[in-house]
Amino acid sequence: MGFEKFLFYVFAAITLFAAGMVITRRNPVHAVLYLVLAFISSAALWILLEAEFLGIVLVLVYVGAVMVLFLFVVMMLDVDIATLRAGFIRYLPIGALIAVVLALEIFLIVGPANFGLQQFPSPVPAGPDVSNTEELGLLLYTLYVYPFEIAAVILLVAIVAAIRLTLRRRPDTKYMDPAKQVRVKKGPDRIRIVKMPSESAAVPPVAASAAPQESTE
Amino acid sequence: MIALSDYLILAAGLFMLAVAGIFLNRKNVILLLMCIELMLLAVNMNFVAFSHFLGDMTGQVFVFFILTVAAAEAAIGLAILVVLFRNQQSINVEDLDSLKG
Repeated sequence: MGFEKFLFYVFAAITLFAAGMVITRRNPVHAVLYLVLAFISSAALWILLEAEFLGIVLVLVYVGAVMVLFLFVVMMLDVDIATLRAGFIRYLPIGALIAVVLALEIFLIVGPANFGLQQFPSPVPAGPDVSNTEELGLLLYTLYVYPFEIAAVILLVAIVAAIRLTLRRRPDTKYMDPAKQVRVKKGPDRIRIVKMPSESAAVPPVAASAAPQESTE
Repeated sequence: MIALSDYLILAAGLFMLAVAGIFLNRKNVILLLMCIELMLLAVNMNFVAFSHFLGDMTGQVFVFFILTVAAAEAAIGLAILVVLFRNQQSINVEDLDSLKG
C-alpha cells in the first residue's frame, strides 16, 4: 500500500505542477505541451483508481486527437503574444484571491472529515480476471445504449459543424466541375450556329466550296 | 491507503488552477479553451474517484460521455477560433466587440 500512496503523490504533484505551468507560460505551445503532461499524469491516476479503459481513452483520444488539434491551431495562428499577455500582472491578485477563496471553500467540504477513510473505506482491489473494459461495455451497450447513440450523433454534428465553419471557397481558384462536364448537351453547349448572309455569285469556285464549312463553327 | 478525500482535494486544486487561469489569461481565447479543458479534467477525476469508492460503474459511463462532449466542444471551438482569426487577424477577446455588447 505504501508504494501505491507514493505513486499517487508523485502523479498528483506532476498534475498540479503541469496545470500551474499551463496558466503561467508565455508561449502557448509550451502551455499546450504542459496540458498534455497534465492529461497523461491524470490518466495514470485514473488507472490507480481501477478505471483502466478511461485512462487509456484519455491518452489515446484526448492527448492523441484533441490536444494535437490544439497544437495545430496554436501553431497555425500567428498570434502576437505580447498584447495578449498585457494585464497579466494586473489580474494576478484578483485571480489568486478568488482561486484561494474557492479552494478553501472546497477543501472545507471535501476534507478528510467528510470524505475520509472512515466514511468511504477503500474498496477491495479487483482481481486480475476482472476486466474494466468489459464491465463498462456491458453497461454502455445495455442500459446506456440510447445516450451512447446520442453521443455518436453529437460527434457527427461536431464534424459537420467544424468542416462547414472552416470551409472556404476561394474565388480566384480555377477548378473543374465534373457535374457540369457530364451534363453538357450536344446542341447549344458544344457548337454554335452562326447565321450569315449568303455570298454573292461573283465568288470564285474554290472559296465558294469553303464557305459552308465556315458558316458552322 | 489513499482516501477519497485525497482525490477530491486534488481535483479541487486542478479546478482552482483552471479558474485562476481564466482570470489571468482573459485576453487569449486559446488559453481560455485550455482552462476549460482543465476544469473538465477535474470534474472527470471526481467522477472516477466516486465511481471507484462507491463501487458503481455509472460514474465511469458519465466520464465517457463527458469526454465525448468535450471533444466535440473543442473541435467546434477551435473551428470558430480559426474563422475568427481569419476575419479579424486577432484572437484578443477585447477585439470581439462587433456586437457592441
